[in-house]
Amino acid sequence: MDQKTLAYDSKVEGEVIVTQADAVINWIRKHSVWPMPMGLACCAIELMAAGGSRFDISRFGMEVMRFSPRQADCMIVAGTVTYKMAEVVRRIYEQMGDPKWVVAMGACASTGGMYRSYATMQGVDRIIPVDVYVSGCPPRPEALLDAMIKLQDKIGRESAVRNLTAPTASKRAAVPVLAGSGKER
Amino acid sequence: MTASDLALLNERFEYLTARDSADHSAVNCPADKLIELCTALRDEFGYDMLIDVTAVDWDAQSPRFTGIYHFLSTAKHEYLRVAVDCPDDIHPALPSLCALYAAANWHERETYDLMGIRYEGHPNLRRILMWDEYPYHPLRKDFPLAGIEVPLPAADVAEQTGAAVIAAPMMGGPFVSSGDGPMSQTEPRARDESWTEKKEKPTD
Repeated sequence: MDQKTLAYDSKVEGEVIVTQADAVINWIRKHSVWPMPMGLACCAIELMAAGGSRFDISRFGMEVMRFSPRQADCMIVAGTVTYKMAEVVRRIYEQMGDPKWVVAMGACASTGGMYRSYATMQGVDRIIPVDVYVSGCPPRPEALLDAMIKLQDKIGRESAVRNLTAPTASKRAAVPVLAGSGKER
Repeated sequence: MTASDLALLNERFEYLTARDSADHSAVNCPADKLIELCTALRDEFGYDMLIDVTAVDWDAQSPRFTGIYHFLSTAKHEYLRVAVDCPDDIHPALPSLCALYAAANWHERETYDLMGIRYEGHPNLRRILMWDEYPYHPLRKDFPLAGIEVPLPAADVAEQTGAAVIAAPMMGGPFVSSGDGPMSQTEPRARDESWTEKKEKPTD
């Protein structure tokens, strides 16, 4: 939390803590990041290592990896994004609920990496907004942890209601037609 | 392949011609005889495994495309390479081996995808790596290394993001090793690092 919000003296204020909504909301958010492991290539192996006991990502409050985008709020794009896969990455990103963040893990996800090729998207930031880039090919788990801590710092600095404002029509994807929708109740 | 096997093959199929090879035995075969040869290879000569199907683009030469097949005899532990020139340079086609070897299915799809050789009789000749609508065959010699700009396969994503399949910025590449020497000093590097995606290439 910010320095100013720690000015709490129980003798003076009793059981009341005065703070800012932003500080509280961001404090909650940044300690319960639920990553969506978008593992596309070898970076995903390092991502798995980061989730294992040796590097123990849960020390920092972000260990609840969810493979369903509906249950996640931080997509870790770990690996090479091909043009064929770009659609899927974008679709999964859209399925994540707001507020959401993206970490581009490794050279490929950040810039296309060594794949200066007809088949590889030259950076996933061409289709989804990236918050933190991690260098490395692949990055070590410590680098990913550092990136996630940087992401926490970033979450702590942003306006908590930023992501809750209604997106403009042009940015919002069409609502997918789900099976069974539109039927009479 | 043992020398006697190769002699037997050459004796039985007089249309086979010798092919230079640095490793395994190799023969050239005309396209219309490929099925006959491969049936005999599988059923009589013991070449029960199709290891690889690929192709060579000879660029300006004619015949331009050569299909390459690698067979393995799991009993004799011998490889055999069969090379087949495509009769047509513009619309190259070869007979499919899918009915003989199940392994041919995906290999032929890959060769079709990247080289554009049609395999007649293939049960499902679709692209396997690139998306279905992709208009080029990227491993052909006339296809630039960086690629060619085309729309993204997903029209709605392209519309929302403005992204497209672009010619990859080569930034002075291709990235190649400078040659001999210790590996620490010969890692792949762009030959010309004076320009980047942001900083334009200096004109002479």
